[in-house]
Amino acid sequence: MRRSRFESIGLWVAVILVSAFSLFPFYWAVVSSLKDPSTMFQVDYWPSALEWSNYSSIFKEQPFGRNIWNSLVVATSTVLLCLFVGVLAAYSLARVEFRGRGLLLALILAVSMFPQVAVLSGMFELIKSMGLYNSWGGLTISYMIFTLPFTIWLLTTFMRQLPRELEQAAIVDGASSWIVLTRVFLPLMGPSLVTTGLLAFIAAWNEFLFALTFTLTAEARTVPVAIGLISGASSFESPWGRIMAASVIVTVPLVVLVLIFQKSIVSGLTAGAIKE
Amino acid sequence: MSKNVILALTLLWATAAQAQKKTLSIACGAVGIEYELCKTASAAWSKRSGVTVKLVSTPNDTNQKLALFQQLLSAQSADIDVFMVDIVWPGVLGSHFEDLGPHLPASEKSAHFDNLIINDTVAGRWVALPWYVDTGVVYYRADLLKKYGLGVPSTWQQLSEAAKKIQDGEKKSDPKFVGFVFQGKAYEGLTCNVLEWTASFGGTAFVNSSGKVVANTPQNLEALKLAATWIGTIAPKGVLNYAEEEARGVFQSGGAAFMRNWPYAYSLLTSKNSPVAGKVGVMPTPKGGDSGKHSPVLGGWHLAVSKYSKNKPEAISLIRYLASEPVQRERIKHGFFPTLKSLYADKKVLASSPLFGVLATSLSTAVARPSQSTGTQYNRVSNEIWNTTFSILSGKEKAEDGLKALDRKLVRASRGGKWN
Amino acid sequence: MIENVALSERRRTAYLFLLPSLLLLVLVAAWPLLRTIWLAFTDASLSSESISWVGLENFKGVLTDPDWWHSVKNTLTFTFISVTLETVFGLGIALLLHREFYGRGILRAAVMVPWAIPTVVSAKMWSWMFNDNYGVINDVLQKLGIIDGPLAWMADDPTLSMAAVVVVDVWKTTPFMTLLLLAGIQSIPLQVYQSAAVDGAGGFRTFWKITLPLIKPALVVAVVFRCLDALRIFDLIFIMTNNSNDTATMSVYARNNMIAFGDLGYGSAASTLVFAFIALFTVMYVQASRLNLMGGSSEKVSL
Repeated sequence: MRRSRFESIGLWVAVILVSAFSLFPFYWAVVSSLKDPSTMFQVDYWPSALEWSNYSSIFKEQPFGRNIWNSLVVATSTVLLCLFVGVLAAYSLARVEFRGRGLLLALILAVSMFPQVAVLSGMFELIKSMGLYNSWGGLTISYMIFTLPFTIWLLTTFMRQLPRELEQAAIVDGASSWIVLTRVFLPLMGPSLVTTGLLAFIAAWNEFLFALTFTLTAEARTVPVAIGLISGASSFESPWGRIMAASVIVTVPLVVLVLIFQKSIVSGLTAGAIKE
Repeated sequence: MSKNVILALTLLWATAAQAQKKTLSIACGAVGIEYELCKTASAAWSKRSGVTVKLVSTPNDTNQKLALFQQLLSAQSADIDVFMVDIVWPGVLGSHFEDLGPHLPASEKSAHFDNLIINDTVAGRWVALPWYVDTGVVYYRADLLKKYGLGVPSTWQQLSEAAKKIQDGEKKSDPKFVGFVFQGKAYEGLTCNVLEWTASFGGTAFVNSSGKVVANTPQNLEALKLAATWIGTIAPKGVLNYAEEEARGVFQSGGAAFMRNWPYAYSLLTSKNSPVAGKVGVMPTPKGGDSGKHSPVLGGWHLAVSKYSKNKPEAISLIRYLASEPVQRERIKHGFFPTLKSLYADKKVLASSPLFGVLATSLSTAVARPSQSTGTQYNRVSNEIWNTTFSILSGKEKAEDGLKALDRKLVRASRGGKWN
Repeated sequence: MIENVALSERRRTAYLFLLPSLLLLVLVAAWPLLRTIWLAFTDASLSSESISWVGLENFKGVLTDPDWWHSVKNTLTFTFISVTLETVFGLGIALLLHREFYGRGILRAAVMVPWAIPTVVSAKMWSWMFNDNYGVINDVLQKLGIIDGPLAWMADDPTLSMAAVVVVDVWKTTPFMTLLLLAGIQSIPLQVYQSAAVDGAGGFRTFWKITLPLIKPALVVAVVFRCLDALRIFDLIFIMTNNSNDTATMSVYARNNMIAFGDLGYGSAASTLVFAFIALFTVMYVQASRLNLMGGSSEKVSL
């Protein structure tokens, strides 16, 4: 399709505007993080000097490295637990006929609609009574409430798309459900597991309210809480430079991850949204 | 293995277990000088007592701290043995703290300021040991007062006029210059500021000491009306988002003539790198008119022992040490003022910091926030106070309407004056 | 016969496979929710250990609290404005991405960046940009002559604060909308466009009469998901505006009462109401989508 000059220019303007709007805050965060704390109060569009003190201070003033590790551990264990439990559930929901199957799937999905506040106090009591307060386990378990439903739903959708013939053949050969699942389906589900795992990872990494409520010490916090609570050298200071530095540190790997796995993420987000 | 070896190993294990048994956890500040001081003092006690002390770092925002403490204590957790609590918290958290009465001699109790001890006594139980005291003060640019031929203001009205005169003059060379900065954000700090205005006019702290709601009084109205005129004239609109540090940032970079803040700012303002070093003066918070009084708000932090602690005797010993005279004396240098009457009679101490003189006179007329009478509801009450003040300052509500609404809301929260 | 036996064996295994998930969900979802609902009928508080039944008193308290209704209004306003903007922008960018042009990959990557950044980080970055004295937004607006003096975004005017929060949410979530809508657009078969072109339809008419109706299912799903998320919003408001009643949403109101004021019973009542609100909305959507799906499939595309 040929397009007019006017249309081309219009297109490019739109592209530049949209890209600029999307990326500017991140650029600004980087510029701000490289400023000396005493020059924070001036607006410079381009860094005049590169000052790395903000980056070193965040690691000195709080166990930020530890916080990153915590986030990694919690997000990874969330993903592993979700995938393991979810694959099993998805198999039942996608491949086995039983009464109330549709209703069950709808109910599971409904759980992800719960506002976090609605379960906050009950969850807190639960975590405390299981002795999981201020620990990785507490966060992993509590994250199930918003990661498990969509994991199951997504995996169910993916499984439904797998060819029936393979399954039929295996069943005729007398294979049990477990064999069918592990020997026949799982090998075919690589991409969908990656997609689902990624989305669950990002959701767990991003979570704030539960991490805020269920951890106590600075050493146990995850990254979002650590950033949200960054404080200055006295109880009152607002250390914007350090907040920006922490933000940059946390954002860069995530952005890289998302860019590498763009296609997977897109297919995950849109699967099931477009009903066949 | 021979019996002797087994016996030796068992004894060794038992001693090791014994030595490892006692660790105290204390929540006393998050970062900076506060944390450091607590750490050094705790370490000193640790050496004497042989008990390890672990400092638990908590969120910096006081509201978050309170929320955290409330959750922990209501779950009867033994995670923290010693809590550093804000002066307004004994009412809210008191039921979870150990009664110090039976454990400490009466002499130690009366060594601290009486009003602080009364503050820390909830339902007849003495639940916290005063550690340091804070009151609001007003910093001013002595050089600018001189330049414009003004004396140090003693009333809010005088301050407003002085601020306007200086602002008009300075704006010619610095368009961003403002007359007065304070804490106008919708948080506990605003409650502190507003009480300093109302009490200085002879008004109330919105709820009196017997729990009666007295928000809508003519003096309170006058104070709030005056404050509302400041926004956009001598105080920038942005002051409505300032906490302590934002205000200090403006004043310290030379952008304001007057600032209301806490004593902690003094050492920062007078430090080598400060643009206003050598130009700063301190005065008590102004009166509300000549017949008013200087009524800074009473702040400060105290130490309490959790009822659920597994190491109560050790914890009590730790707080007695931390609040003792030598430790309190040491902390004065860093801007943490003592709660012991004896130190205020000590001439050497008085001479050590110019702030001290201002503080000593302020303490006698300081106004306390209504935490005692409202008990567990204090946070809600403060919330209503700061939200009402905020909407009056931002021009959303007129002072008359705001106070009437506040009165209604507080009465509603008071559950018929019983509060709890 | 053998088939029946096999089927019931498979059913049994299916139930077994479902068990771990269901147990987990009961533990972390059903139990806490029920507990919160139960607490709503008591006077539980973080300050005291005694609990007693108070019936509907908490609910009455919440429903007669002007602050609660204010937060409801804030939530609905926020949802309406955010979701509308996100849908419009999302659609626009999706149409843009649908075209073939050099650099399309870069645009797609750029657009996904806001979505990748954790909410807390976005909130902090934008709060810094919106700072009244040192923020870049005021600087730019002043330099462009749009405003005279710095605006106190996060401070005095609740409209400005809400505007700031909406800007951040739109920035953050438009990518999600874009992707969903793009998938919808891309699933329209090329022939539809070709026959439209043959019949002489111009760009705008093609969009209005063909594209839009055909992506309606995707559009509806995207809008509903976003609405449900927006109604529950907490993180952004909490980090950016923290304490002011003016911008509190329902979730913030509930949490403040529960945790900040320690009023567990009252806060739980508010939380239960939030939950009921969302549930109602969900049910309405399900009903509407049932009707929609039946009506949609019989719709004919006409120029």
